[in-house]
Amino acid sequence: MDTTLHKAAGIILPPDLLHLSHRQESPENPVSLTKEQVQHIATLARLQLEDRESDDVVEKLSRIVDFVDQLQAAPTDDVLPMAHPLNMSQRLRADEVSETDQRDFVQQNAPSTEGGYYLVPKVIE
Amino acid sequence: MGEGDQAIHQRTLAGLAKGLAAGEFSSRELTEALLERIAKHQATLNAFITVTAEQALDQADRADQARTSGNGGPLNGLPIVHKDLFCTRGVLTTCGSRILDNFVSPYDAAVVERLAAAGAIMLGKTNMDEFAMGSSNETSFFGPVTNPWDTKLSPGGSSGGSAAAVAARIVPAATGTDTGGSIRQPAALTGTTGIKPTYGRVSRFGMVAFASSLDQAGVITRSAEDAAMLLGVMAGHDVRDSTSVDHPVPDYVAGLGKSVKGLRIGIVRQHFDEGLDSQCAASVKDALKSLEDAGAELVDVDLPNIGLSVPTYYVVAPAECSSNLSRFDGVRFGHRAEKPEDLLDLYSRSRGEGFGAEVKRRVMTGTYVLSAGYYDAYYLKAQKVRQLISQDFRNAFENVDVIAGPTAPTTAFAIGEKTDDPITMYLNDIYTIGANLAGLPGISVPCGLADGLPVGLQMVGPHFAEEALLACAHQYQQLTDWHQRAPGGFL
Repeated sequence: MDTTLHKAAGIILPPDLLHLSHRQESPENPVSLTKEQVQHIATLARLQLEDRESDDVVEKLSRIVDFVDQLQAAPTDDVLPMAHPLNMSQRLRADEVSETDQRDFVQQNAPSTEGGYYLVPKVIE
Repeated sequence: MGEGDQAIHQRTLAGLAKGLAAGEFSSRELTEALLERIAKHQATLNAFITVTAEQALDQADRADQARTSGNGGPLNGLPIVHKDLFCTRGVLTTCGSRILDNFVSPYDAAVVERLAAAGAIMLGKTNMDEFAMGSSNETSFFGPVTNPWDTKLSPGGSSGGSAAAVAARIVPAATGTDTGGSIRQPAALTGTTGIKPTYGRVSRFGMVAFASSLDQAGVITRSAEDAAMLLGVMAGHDVRDSTSVDHPVPDYVAGLGKSVKGLRIGIVRQHFDEGLDSQCAASVKDALKSLEDAGAELVDVDLPNIGLSVPTYYVVAPAECSSNLSRFDGVRFGHRAEKPEDLLDLYSRSRGEGFGAEVKRRVMTGTYVLSAGYYDAYYLKAQKVRQLISQDFRNAFENVDVIAGPTAPTTAFAIGEKTDDPITMYLNDIYTIGANLAGLPGISVPCGLADGLPVGLQMVGPHFAEEALLACAHQYQQLTDWHQRAPGGFL
């Protein structure tokens, strides 16, 4: 992961959190996530967690991760990962305009717009 | 009891169509009666998020005119409600979430459009687990839906509002969506009929995405016949959904008469293990016996990897959800946090405030399994196990026409009973998730009562076997009357 990308997006992460530390993977040794790991995941997911939520999230997320860990025991050598339930490939279409301009109508749902643009807090000083 | 003796709200879609055609009542009278019933039971059931009374009455008047002039569509004047994750132009579409509590869709979902074009009348939008993530309807920002069979109990989820409304004889039919069991499980827990079609059978255009490789739209009704009437209209190719399949749509209603004689029904031994409540097991076995007595052949089949379907799902679905839900950012639509300090604060707080606890857990699970260093161990591994599960079904369908068993491990459970442990809640879908992973169609029909609560029989078929599933369900409903049982307080 490139630290500069994070800086560009306005986030500075401590170097030791750039990769989630590897967990011991065995059903007898369920390894719970730490509060720091969960906070890092929340940052990646752009989710602010309130302090009061934090312990509950750590506990329940750990249980979920421990639960899905049982997949590790399944023998999957030489198995192709499933890409599509019907093994279909994506259809292509001609690159032709098929929609009419509904910008003003669509932007009625936006919290803040000006001159057809969506407004966000200043990104570049 | 003949149809003429039935109160209007007790009739099925097929019965209502006859009543309308015979001039027993108009679409306006029907719509008014059902709108009254929605209002009467809303405080008890909380099945609706939005009621569209005015539009419904307008549509009803137009349906009455169309009938008079002889050019109504196949569902002309028949009432329906939509799960609140189908986009409806000019009407609130919340997905049961605070983050969309002010979202008015600029367009109609394909399902909404097709049903409206056939003349169906939308009475409102039903409550649901937030973004369809839940099995009890308790994750809705708008509060839980209660089960009409016992209002201390959950109706299941995520299409809980749709199931409760149909079970309580408020509306004859409702749309739903099923990513891991969200149509079939609530249908089982409320004594209704619910079908999840083959992946790609019904367009997902305008259906707010949760897990795009698993999501599929279907219906909850009070009979297989009604489900066939609706599915025939909803199914079919749509260029706006790149996973929609261009495959002919059979006349499902015409196919209902097909006998079960010679039908090979596969039974999966693992589905009757100790995880299944013994009374539910007895009802399901009775149902299988009825089908066998009617000429079907019961065959043991093995799905060796089916035990891994829940953990597989809880990698794949959260992964897709974390990606799909990244669109909710407080910029283009939906909830936006007050006075953001910067862009990151805008995103994080809008999402932190807008999403509920279960949605956050799934977004974070998905983010985790897709993050650097974990992709191969979780996501890729899960997609490989998913392939094994699909292959198990393909092998089984070489010897059987459908696979039948329980829809859910228990009857309806108490609201609040399973909220402390996400894994306990996830295991509700242990029998339904396999069909989603493999993209197969599945149907749940009422097959008994255990301590006064409905039990569901699930049947799963090969890709595009909806016709066979509906026919088998209809034939079963000719032999039994479980689908006609109504909860006591809602006769």
